[in-house]
Amino acid sequence: MGSDTAPLSLNVPEPGCRPGDTPDFSDFEIPRAGEVGRPAVDVDPDSIRDMAFSIVRVLNKEGEAVGDWAGALSVDELREGLRHMMTLRTFDARMQIAQRQGKTSFYMQHLGEEAVSCAFARALQPGDMNFPTYRQAGLLIASGYPMLTMMNQIYSNAKDPLAGRQLPIMYSSKEHGFFSISGNLGTQFVQSVGWAMASAISGDTKISTGWIGDGSTAENDFHAAMVFASTYKAPVVLNIVNNQWAISTFQGIARGGVGTFAARGHGFGIASLRVDGNDYLAVHAVAKWAAERARLGHGPTLIEHVTYRAGGHSTSDDPAAYRSKQEAAAWPLGDPIERLKQHLIKIGEWSEDRHAQAEAEILDTVISVQKEAEAVGTLTGGKGPSPRDMFEGVYETMPPHLIRQRQEAGF
Amino acid sequence: MAQMTMIEAIREAHDVAMAADDKVVVFGEDVGFFGGVFRCTAGLQEKYGKSRCFDAPINESGIVGAAIGMAAYGLKPVIEIQFADYVYPAYDQIVSEAARLRHRSNGDFTCPLVIRMPTGGGIFGGQTHSQSPEAIFTHVSGLKVVIPSNPRDAKGLLLAAIEDPDPVIFLEPKRLYNGPFDGHHDKPIESWKKHAQGNVPEGNEIVPLGKAHIQREGADVTVLAYGTMVYVAEAAAEETGVDAEVIDLRTLMPLDLDTIVESVKKTGRCVIVHEATRTSGFGGELMSLVQEACFYHLETPMIRVTGWDTPYPHAQEWEYFPGPGRVGEALRKVMKD
Repeated sequence: MGSDTAPLSLNVPEPGCRPGDTPDFSDFEIPRAGEVGRPAVDVDPDSIRDMAFSIVRVLNKEGEAVGDWAGALSVDELREGLRHMMTLRTFDARMQIAQRQGKTSFYMQHLGEEAVSCAFARALQPGDMNFPTYRQAGLLIASGYPMLTMMNQIYSNAKDPLAGRQLPIMYSSKEHGFFSISGNLGTQFVQSVGWAMASAISGDTKISTGWIGDGSTAENDFHAAMVFASTYKAPVVLNIVNNQWAISTFQGIARGGVGTFAARGHGFGIASLRVDGNDYLAVHAVAKWAAERARLGHGPTLIEHVTYRAGGHSTSDDPAAYRSKQEAAAWPLGDPIERLKQHLIKIGEWSEDRHAQAEAEILDTVISVQKEAEAVGTLTGGKGPSPRDMFEGVYETMPPHLIRQRQEAGF
Repeated sequence: MAQMTMIEAIREAHDVAMAADDKVVVFGEDVGFFGGVFRCTAGLQEKYGKSRCFDAPINESGIVGAAIGMAAYGLKPVIEIQFADYVYPAYDQIVSEAARLRHRSNGDFTCPLVIRMPTGGGIFGGQTHSQSPEAIFTHVSGLKVVIPSNPRDAKGLLLAAIEDPDPVIFLEPKRLYNGPFDGHHDKPIESWKKHAQGNVPEGNEIVPLGKAHIQREGADVTVLAYGTMVYVAEAAAEETGVDAEVIDLRTLMPLDLDTIVESVKKTGRCVIVHEATRTSGFGGELMSLVQEACFYHLETPMIRVTGWDTPYPHAQEWEYFPGPGRVGEALRKVMKD
């Protein structure tokens, strides 16, 4: 080693803008709506490698649905989708306030990401199983899970289906195809592959979906899921929700030197593509394509939903401390509710008045459900679960040591 | 009844369970075509097909994570971690997921899953093929932990574990795979083929979880042991002439405390033996439980005989291993005190 060798230095990526900076997304390449075509569902993953570097988009700036991926949903379905997203946003707003009022300990909202889970849910069939993260409650809202049950869980009240054991929003509903959320990051990704393998082992026709955030793709579970999905050609749709931020850490820390998260699928021979996560029609169309692909036995698909977390990570962080306050407004893919609304107006099936009316109706409904839930109880008042409940269900049959401990505790 | 090794007994338990229930699936590293590095799954792929017994990528957390998904679907995965020493990458899936799924979802999802792994030393496996990690599982609520010490129990306990509705960690003392081992490593190896506990019932006869077995009855001191240490303790009793009652715990979680307490109250003395490291080992838990339940019956302080708090060594294996000499010394000491 000669003295002419310069000392090494560590590369620590930085986001484009921090608090006080002016957001600049000019480097973010966005193809025109309709530009990326729809391949056949039995496509060889190798022949669509370019899709991992582009973005499937349907809604253009004028609010028109264009290209191969358009046309999958009826007007009624689109209006229903809009209502689901509006419901989720209103629900979130009310629960966010409820947390600030001390009625629960914690909350996580979906602001700006409503299309991802709401649209995806409509591409699945009864019996399919989602392995979600904590930011896919649209899967429940859009499949008819009662908001009252969600709120009872958030409030950990006496009617909480999880008996007060789990953190708020870590729902579970086998009946609605929603696997129990652990709150751990990434673990569910490979479990979804195992579920899909079980469907194949059993000669079933059901599929599963796995969900993970941009930050958690760095976890070993992501790699494990990709290897298993690839090896066993599991009937699974693996979703990365790239909302740009993992708490305060920008997506570049997990992404490293690779071009896109979707491109990680190439090394595994998995069909990989990106979709405009703020475009309800695009998310739905891509989800339907991938679900069909899985169900027909053509194997797994990796979808990167490109979106933006317009709110904080949870009620426990203030995004103003780590990113520009203007960044959400500058996000070039817009707002999912606004975009679907504009599309419906454009095709003459919606209006500002109807929208305002729907907003008011939804707010009324959510408030009345909230009153019903609060009449049962919240974390800090009313009727809660029994302390005895914490000893139940550790095992199917309570072993002697837990019986002794429960007696010792006086329950 | 048939005379068999522990490996054959484990293989037969798989066979019986797979024949009885299509939902039982078996996978892990090298378990498919080859039948496992210890041959515990030999012949299963050929008999039941590749979708019910197959090779997995070398990713323990993936193996356990996929199995959790399968269990949630409704299958009964019986998976092999090639050595207990390799389980650590899967610890998150076991602790945060498998163990808690029933509780956190209030029974909406459950995890009937058996995670088998060879445990313990005595085979010159060095630090990566010799560890006894049972205490890191007994510490976790929601798991059951089983360690058989002979072919008869291995089959019956494995069948019980497969039937169990909750996740079971099934630790197989690899030094006992082919024969009982009393810790005298310089003596010829004995085979299960001539041993009473190598005589294994046919069919689906289970040995219930949570029940200890009194391996040797005695009046003067209770020895609590499991896995490889059962025969070491038995040998120590014979060699010292101390009338020890050797209890094979068989299941650490749930623990058969009643059998332990009854014995200690009878003998008034207690020696606890395990191969795992001492600090925060399961012996500490046993000592606490005996103290809580039997303090006024104890005539002498309890003694633990364990592996040392060092990584499992290679060349110094027999200085590390708590053999019959060290166990015998403890027996003499509690009798003298």
